[in-house]
Amino acid sequence: MLEDATPDTLKHVGGSPDRIEAAAKLTGQALYVSDMTLPGMLYAQVTKSPHARARIRGINTSKAEALPGVRAVLTGAELEYRIGLYVVDKYLLARGEVRHFGEAVAAVAADTLEIARRAADLIEVDYEVLPPVLNHMDALKDDAPLVHPDLGKYDHVSAVFTPIPGTNIANQSKLRKGDVEKGFAEAEWLIEREYTNPSVQHVPMETHVAIAQWKMGDEVDIWTSCQSPFAVRNLFCYTFRLPLTQVRVMVPHVGGAFGGKAGIHLEPLVACLSRKAGGRPVKFQATREEEFSLLPCRSALTYRIKTGVAADGKIIAQKMTMYWDAGAYADYAVNVTRASGYSAAGPYEVPNAWVDAYTVYTNKPYGTAYRGFGHVEFFWGLERHMELVAQVIGMDPLEFRRLNTLKPGSITLTGEKITPNTGNPTKCLDVVAESIGYGALTAEETAREKATGCKIGKGIAALHKAPAMPPFTSSSIVLKMNSDGTVVVNTGLTEIGQGANTSLAQVVAERLGFDLAKIRISPDKDTDRDPYDWQTVASKGLVLAGNAAILACDDLLAKAYEVAGQVLRAQPADMDHDGEKIFVRHHRDRAVTFAALAIGYAYPDGNAIGGPLIGVGRYIAQGLANLDKETGQGNCALDWTFGAHGVIVEVDPESGEYHVLKICSAFDVGKAVHAEILRGQAVGGMVQGLGTACCEGYIYDEQGHLLNPSFTDNKIPTARDLPDVIESVAVETPQLDGPFGARGVGEHPMISVAPAIGNAILRAVGCELTHMPMRAEDVWRAMNQAAPIDNWITKTPNKSCKK
Amino acid sequence: MMRITVTVNGQVYERDVPGHRTLLHFLRQDLGLTGSKEGCGAGECGACTVLLDGHSVNACLVLAPEVDGRCVETVEGQAKDGKLSTIQDAFNRNHAVQCGFCTSGMVMSVQDLLVRTPKPSDDDIKEAIEGNFCRCTGYLQIIEAVRDASGRTEGKGGLKHA
Ligand code: FES
Ligand code: FES
Repeated sequence: MLEDATPDTLKHVGGSPDRIEAAAKLTGQALYVSDMTLPGMLYAQVTKSPHARARIRGINTSKAEALPGVRAVLTGAELEYRIGLYVVDKYLLARGEVRHFGEAVAAVAADTLEIARRAADLIEVDYEVLPPVLNHMDALKDDAPLVHPDLGKYDHVSAVFTPIPGTNIANQSKLRKGDVEKGFAEAEWLIEREYTNPSVQHVPMETHVAIAQWKMGDEVDIWTSCQSPFAVRNLFCYTFRLPLTQVRVMVPHVGGAFGGKAGIHLEPLVACLSRKAGGRPVKFQATREEEFSLLPCRSALTYRIKTGVAADGKIIAQKMTMYWDAGAYADYAVNVTRASGYSAAGPYEVPNAWVDAYTVYTNKPYGTAYRGFGHVEFFWGLERHMELVAQVIGMDPLEFRRLNTLKPGSITLTGEKITPNTGNPTKCLDVVAESIGYGALTAEETAREKATGCKIGKGIAALHKAPAMPPFTSSSIVLKMNSDGTVVVNTGLTEIGQGANTSLAQVVAERLGFDLAKIRISPDKDTDRDPYDWQTVASKGLVLAGNAAILACDDLLAKAYEVAGQVLRAQPADMDHDGEKIFVRHHRDRAVTFAALAIGYAYPDGNAIGGPLIGVGRYIAQGLANLDKETGQGNCALDWTFGAHGVIVEVDPESGEYHVLKICSAFDVGKAVHAEILRGQAVGGMVQGLGTACCEGYIYDEQGHLLNPSFTDNKIPTARDLPDVIESVAVETPQLDGPFGARGVGEHPMISVAPAIGNAILRAVGCELTHMPMRAEDVWRAMNQAAPIDNWITKTPNKSCKK
Repeated sequence: MMRITVTVNGQVYERDVPGHRTLLHFLRQDLGLTGSKEGCGAGECGACTVLLDGHSVNACLVLAPEVDGRCVETVEGQAKDGKLSTIQDAFNRNHAVQCGFCTSGMVMSVQDLLVRTPKPSDDDIKEAIEGNFCRCTGYLQIIEAVRDASGRTEGKGGLKHA
């Protein structure tokens, strides 16, 4: 923790040591669930709905069952289990009705993948096609069909979420601060606009995959490509009413996740197939196409913002209404709604605020967590809106933002007071503005415009995010010393590419004062071996697990000192240690090595004291509580990470094509624990944000068929799409209770890339974009004031969300 | 079933394969070489990139019978004598690996590039890995690793502190 940090003497924290598991990944030796085969393992496939909404009149599985090599066939009829993270609304296989295109209606397990595929094709489903409700704004209308007529009967976490039975609203989150109408009455300007974005796919390079074996006595082993082994275990046991001791979840290397693997997905179905097949292990890996519609995506959003601004340019009131498209199941979308609701104003002080955030069911693939947890989506609207407000009131957009940012003493939407150590959004804005030469074009840029015929514009956007997590979120670390004085770190935090293992090893090495080479963190996680960590999500890993690790180090050292004290006839206060040994401070050669203490100290005659040295540390979020359901007031944020992006774009005024010449990103990370891993997160997130900004998104036809479930039709950025210049800057306002002052930053780089680009395009060619992604044709249409293309379900079929 | 003889990473294998088996599944399932990954199975993502007679191919688009009598190199054959190859070493040094699922394919595409173009420009690098999707890194540290592997010292990025 910060009071213990002595920055000038840090040996490991702040450097860029090799990533622990890099060599394994570079040589192809790292094992992913995709790579695993178990003795006797069967392969699963599912039969999927070709309709967005239909009644299942009957399913004929006889042909599939007759196929040689088929060992298990399941339909929803025999699986009366529902899963759900917050609202328990999803059957393992559709029962009675299918609710989205691509939903699983039957599943098979067979000796080979080929047989399983053939069997899945042989399953005949008799559907009565029903009219789907596709647009989330339509789903709010009184006569809209109900996606979940039984919503009132579902279990849900009622302390936090509010489903509204008899509607398509899976949750409503409210926030009330001050008196927004009074603020509007006093405002000099009132500025209102609406912003939209479609569903987006995470695209982890390794698709979802799980192997499960349901053994005798209801003991279940699960190997899964997931982010949160303990969440999978606990939710699995909740669904099947099993004690937590019966289920073991193991997570080897994970080929990308980005929130899409945060919850529980394929595991229960695969386990049921194993049970049906008499306990043989079963593996199921989604195809890339299934990744788009069998598995979840990011929710679409319609965000309406009305801002009241005083004569001096200060925001005095803001009313924010969010309509989140959950798709067919609530999954994480209800919590995205909640977390976005309480952050909806961004890093700005708004004395009078009103937020209504709705999660709306539709007949589309369902939404889940995705890097940024709603913030990528709503910051698109918010930071485009701040630009609009600045323009309308005639103030420079940077100045307007600087005037309104949260500063020490400011009160957030939920009533939290900002301190000098919360972080500094203004500085992040200043850093990126300076980097891009914000404001007028340089002579060089003007010359470039002349030479190319293109227009150059510069834009900025700010961002913030706190971990969206329960107020009682906790993590723990166990350190086990080996008899050679090296240390094994056990943690339930998974390594999904973000560098958690390497950063944690740095923290442990630093706190113990050991060489990094002495610290081992296993790449795989195991709920039977590793101590509890809530989930690997929310940019909370380093802060919670890091703090737990520091305490575990202290515990390990205290235990070692206790035994050393007897051996050396000294009190702990009179001893010190280096990476090898504990010694008496004033007689350095009176020393005992850690190796000699590690599994119990034996005197020369064989008599022994102590025992294996195991350090235990835990951390639980401090001072947080559930927000008041009516007002949204309370303390919800473990830490706020602020940031900003500045971009320079070049737009072809003829075609609308554009290219990012430079992007600079700055985040107030408190302390950069690993400089290069941090830069990897910053650039990787920024490029993922570029995809969201420029080209990615689900396209449906009017029946709700997903039209682009592939890399050909849903392009993601390649190496060719990179901005010419990329800069990453760490601002380091220490977090008082962060490990060595650090705070989380895994998600933030993806947030606000899109509005920064949108704002730059506005400066370059003067066109106002309110829908993301901004494809070249969208820019062209906006420049030419042509109607937007009509294929994004966020806009059609009801054409407009404006009253 | 067809009998094929193929040299993979210098070792000769003789196997019976069904005519529709892809090279990728042949490597992963029949030979247990799971370093090459499947990201799409449709020639779109590059995770399965291997060298076939010295040229990079998407192993998911090649049928196993087509490689009869030919030479395949995969990521498993790159490190020699317990040492990472120059490219692997540069990837490690430049922190070009995150989740690692694209990494094998990237390494093989870069291998192909550097054999043909030992001193590639940034455009050459981008072109060479354009067909290799990476969702984690944003490509920058990969490009820096390739520059480094080719002996170029300029263009080394770094985190700035403010
Ligand atoms: S798996 Fe071969 S290109 Fe994607
Ligand atoms: S490192 Fe994860 S996809 Fe490239």
